Amino acid sequence: MAAHLSYGRVNLNILREAARKELREFLDKCAGSKAIVWDEYLTGPFGLIAQYSLLKEHEVEKMFTLKGGRVPPADVKNIIFFVRPRLELMDIIAENLQPPREFHILFVPRRSLLCEQRLKEQGVLNSFTNIDEYILDLIPYDGDLLSMESESAFRECYLENDQTSLYHTAKGLMTLQALYGTIPQIFGKGECARHVANMMLRMKREFAGSQNQILPVFDTLLLLDRNVDLLTPLATQLTYEGLIDEIYGITNGYVKLPPEKFAQKKPGEGGKDLPTEPKKLQLNSAEELYAEIRDKNFNAVGAALSKKAKIISAAFEERHNAKTVGEIKQFVSQLPHMQAARNSLANHTSIAELIKDITTSEVFFDNLTVEQEFMTGVDTDKVNTYIEDCISRKDPLIKILRLVCMQSVCNNGLKQKVLDHYKREILQTYGYEHILTLNNLEKVGLLKPQTTTRNNYPTIRKTLKLWMEDANEQNPNDISYVYSGYAPLSVRLTQLLARPGWRSIEEVLKMLPGPHFEERQQLPTGLHKKRQQGENRTTLVFFLGGVTYAEIAALRFLSQMEDGGTEYVIATTKLINGTSWIKSLMDRPEPF
Amino acid sequence: MWKSGVVKQLGWTVCDDLLCIQEDGTVLIYDLFGNFKRHFSMGNEVGQSQVVEAKVFHSPYGTGVAIVTGASRFTLATNIDDLKLRRLPEVPGLQGAPTCWAVLTQDRQSKVLVATGADLFILDYTSPPGLSPQATSIVHMCVSFSYKYLALFTDSGHLWMGTANLKEKLSEVETKVRNPPKQMAWCRRPKSQQPSVVIMWDGHILVAGECKNTISYHLEGVSILVPELDGVRIINGTHHELLQEVPASCEEIFKIASMAPGALLLEAHKEYEKESQKADEYLREIKEQNLLGEAVKQCVEAAGHELEAETQKTLLRAASFGKCFLSNFPPEPFVSMCRDLRVLNAVRDYTVGIPLTHTQFKQMTVQVLIDRLVYRKLYPLAIEICRYLKTPEYQGVSRVLKHWACCKVQQKEEADEVIARAISLKLGEAAGISYSEIATKAYECGRTELAIKLLEFEPRSGEQVPLLLKMKRSQLALSKAIESGDTDLVYTVVTYLKNEMNRGDFFMTLRNQPVALSLYRQFCKHQEQDTLKDLFNQDDDHQELGNFYVKASYKEKAQIGHLQSAVDEYNKAKNEFAAKATEEEMRLLRFQKKLEEEKGESLVGFSLHDTIRTLLAVGLHKHAEQLYKDFRVPDKRYWWLKLTALAEKEDWEEIEKFAKSKKSPIGYLPFVEICVKHHNKYEAKKYVSRVTPEQKVKAHLAVGDLEGAADAAIERRNDGEISTVLSRCSPSTDRALVERLNRAKATAAKK
Repeated sequence: MAAHLSYGRVNLNILREAARKELREFLDKCAGSKAIVWDEYLTGPFGLIAQYSLLKEHEVEKMFTLKGGRVPPADVKNIIFFVRPRLELMDIIAENLQPPREFHILFVPRRSLLCEQRLKEQGVLNSFTNIDEYILDLIPYDGDLLSMESESAFRECYLENDQTSLYHTAKGLMTLQALYGTIPQIFGKGECARHVANMMLRMKREFAGSQNQILPVFDTLLLLDRNVDLLTPLATQLTYEGLIDEIYGITNGYVKLPPEKFAQKKPGEGGKDLPTEPKKLQLNSAEELYAEIRDKNFNAVGAALSKKAKIISAAFEERHNAKTVGEIKQFVSQLPHMQAARNSLANHTSIAELIKDITTSEVFFDNLTVEQEFMTGVDTDKVNTYIEDCISRKDPLIKILRLVCMQSVCNNGLKQKVLDHYKREILQTYGYEHILTLNNLEKVGLLKPQTTTRNNYPTIRKTLKLWMEDANEQNPNDISYVYSGYAPLSVRLTQLLARPGWRSIEEVLKMLPGPHFEERQQLPTGLHKKRQQGENRTTLVFFLGGVTYAEIAALRFLSQMEDGGTEYVIATTKLINGTSWIKSLMDRPEPF
Repeated sequence: MWKSGVVKQLGWTVCDDLLCIQEDGTVLIYDLFGNFKRHFSMGNEVGQSQVVEAKVFHSPYGTGVAIVTGASRFTLATNIDDLKLRRLPEVPGLQGAPTCWAVLTQDRQSKVLVATGADLFILDYTSPPGLSPQATSIVHMCVSFSYKYLALFTDSGHLWMGTANLKEKLSEVETKVRNPPKQMAWCRRPKSQQPSVVIMWDGHILVAGECKNTISYHLEGVSILVPELDGVRIINGTHHELLQEVPASCEEIFKIASMAPGALLLEAHKEYEKESQKADEYLREIKEQNLLGEAVKQCVEAAGHELEAETQKTLLRAASFGKCFLSNFPPEPFVSMCRDLRVLNAVRDYTVGIPLTHTQFKQMTVQVLIDRLVYRKLYPLAIEICRYLKTPEYQGVSRVLKHWACCKVQQKEEADEVIARAISLKLGEAAGISYSEIATKAYECGRTELAIKLLEFEPRSGEQVPLLLKMKRSQLALSKAIESGDTDLVYTVVTYLKNEMNRGDFFMTLRNQPVALSLYRQFCKHQEQDTLKDLFNQDDDHQELGNFYVKASYKEKAQIGHLQSAVDEYNKAKNEFAAKATEEEMRLLRFQKKLEEEKGESLVGFSLHDTIRTLLAVGLHKHAEQLYKDFRVPDKRYWWLKLTALAEKEDWEEIEKFAKSKKSPIGYLPFVEICVKHHNKYEAKKYVSRVTPEQKVKAHLAVGDLEGAADAAIERRNDGEISTVLSRCSPSTDRALVERLNRAKATAAKK
């Protein structure tokens, strides 16, 4: 069911299995029939760990969403609350309790004294037979990808100075090391990275004695703050998967698409009603075709799809050549696989068509042109007329914010006059309440007034080769293909760390926010890996505050480079794109 | 000297504590050294009627206590460490104490089995199947160690044995003794798989089983029976004996004239020691039957069951001798038996006094044995055993050392300094020691200073926090919590501090701890808005105060008042832009409110943009114009806005007027496009001529005039534009036009 997790360089299925085992153990602790009351936010991430069938095997008969009032009637012995440790949820739980049933709480990812205190104040703490925690920090998302699925991590860390998610990150990395061995080298860049590394080293000291005897799977851990590279998520991703996310949004590995293109055309049914429910598709490397095209530049997807179409129809043609019984039998045995491939092809052809309608539109083109102008440093110090026009037309606010922030980042801040002009335009058009959002964007550094006249972005761009004029979209030779010219800064840093090392770019590193550092973790004797010649190193890159699909694609591209020498596994607090990221930073005052 | 009340019953708990059950229902708990630990009561109602009889029993849930009062009421607690008293239902017809009773644990529930006369009560009225008719009363009963079997002794001298659920009878034996026994106990017989019960009277005991015959032993002095896993212990004032079925392997080997492989091997070894060639004969005999492996196994097993060290040695030597002649015999059973016996012999020593059998040891595990040694404060022995058995440090040595340290801190006569040093010295290298547990113990003994000293050794800062809080070292607790990185812990300390300190001190404390402060702010944001304001005030954070008022203005009706406060704060924060923007918003709000009153048009809450748009939509052009001027809306945006608003109304006349009013700052292409968008090509065409040359092609294409577009493109000789037009041509397009375009494209390319 989750075989695709074990295909990668590192078998992430071990982590998933460990998580499932723990879940089963907890469920068995509550003997008898049970109903689960879900903190709605958790259902998505849990779906990556266990399907309903697993719960059902352990006598989970009903599921509800946690909300005020009483738990709906259910003829079960146990009621289990699966919740994040949030005070407001505790109040709701207190309302929910209604004897005579056994109640249990499972805190995800960690139990909280504060919440238990709250339950005590509400006078219900003793009503619980079990109060437990389910440590779910890093969730295996794909064969080379782990995510904490923590939506607001960036906001909490950089805006609210709340480092809870960093604590969970450090804990998650400790769990990972318990399963995959101590990671001997840690590199990092940024304040949060430093904080996480410090906590990890401290936790290791705290558990001195229980030495980990597993041969290390990872050679290096690289911790990167999202605010070291604020530019990349703002740019429109141009890989296939990136565009699906930009346009339709991928949540917990699923995407919902407009159904019209997916209508089954069966002969004889003719003019049947079109489906109205959005089409829900799971996207991961378990699907062979998707694994092949997800990371391609969208302009190369069409060719890949038609090639695949030819292969599949050729495979179906084979049946005419099957003469002997043995040959026919072999053909038939391959049929299910071929049919799956054909379905998959049909789905992705439909998706590609949907996306193409958008990428060929003038709006998309104009927007991309402006983005690329900013990234190459064209007129970033003036008010941009395209942005003005978009505001005049009252295009979606997030689109405007993405562009303005991008201009600010590419210009190392905007002149006060320019900044004020944009802000005024935004407030007048979209409403005064957005003053709070603008203030947030300034706080995290996405928008800022220019303090010095020196703009160091061009230096960074040139030194790190962030702009490649002749990006090859079809047969890429550089990571810049994922943004058709722009090479994501974060991935460039990763690439340079592996070869030739960060010492060569000290100057640029100093221009980027936060400290950069290197730590070593002592391995017990006998666990030092003897590398075979030609064997690749494995690096875990952790993006604190989110990562985009295009960045992942770029890292996968580096892993596959023949002389790359390093393979990457990616971990993050949350998979983001410019829109979801900006949205998480917005403040909308609730109306009275 | 016993100064407390009358003790009715003594018993041991699973953790080797002594229970003294008093007449008044109070249960006192003492440790192995006679130190009082705590007490609890079996219920208030016991008081007058008094405890008549009590029993201590063990189950998977721990140690339990059951009592019966003079009023014939039973009360039961399954686990004394998690005391939940259950008063059992009244037994019908029972007056005074019952003749006999026992506690059963079945289906995860503890029940009391009571006999009055010949009747048995559990929860239902029932009688055991096939009880001898002569019996008129059950005078004694006992339940097996596993709670599976029950034995009843009747006044007729019959012993009834059956399953505890009373569904099945195993056997009934007539003992010919009529007076009630002093005690009865089940004795498990693993070899013969037969039930057997040991019955004790003054001076003798009787073992009864399935057959009619019984075995009788003479007893000296007053004794007591202790049923155990694999036998019954008989204890009197001077002696301690174990009554046990002879284990199979021992019987095979030591039976007179036994020819079992084990016996032969033992014999062979004896001869070998005597340097006699008979050794070889015996060995051959075993080997010929291919039973040497079996022989070694028997000797190893038998060694395990023997209590005498000498016999153990002889058997093990024989086994080792036999092993030499086997090529692939697995060494583990032999090695582990040697280890186990070494440990067992050590604890069986009278100075330690834990006379365990091997079977019992295997059942209870090393872990528990270590615990028992720790309860007896036999730390050196416990550590030796851990090291000898190579128990992981975490569960072994470290655990013992922790207990040692916990005991050490209770030695009142030694100074804090000395104890702290002694502990750190001993525990220095041991892994995984929880210093906070030791410190907790010290604190419980009233040694706060020592506890703080010990906490300094604790590497896990998170662990230190709860105790520090308890000891009221809250400042220290806060910095430790922050150090741990666990924000939940920080929150916990902060809430504690909040209740502990006055507000001023609390705020001051937070001010010195930025991490705690920002977390507290988060907390207040969701829970205590007013405190949030105070916090900002204290820090003179005017920017945040401004934001606070802005948020408040959306929550309450007194909008403008809040916004005025926001303006003041933004001014103090020197945020000119925000102050001005807020003033503008206030002006807009006033305007909207006024207009709402005058025209009844709902406007409050709209942005300036949407306000103007609404005004235009309902035809209040003058007011729209006024806002445009008052708020200095850039021309370009206003034109866009007005154009869109009018187009939505499809007010083509007004649009035309607007277009002619002055030169459009946004050009005329938007006019064309917006008309097309609203499906009015006729109107759209009106503006095509006014579009700038660069946008002409686009404009022509928008209205679907291919020829016009072609002309414009050719005129401008723009390669890209010509291609765009070409791409719009279809097979039905005029051929001449296409050719013209192609030609132009060729020349443009040449250029």
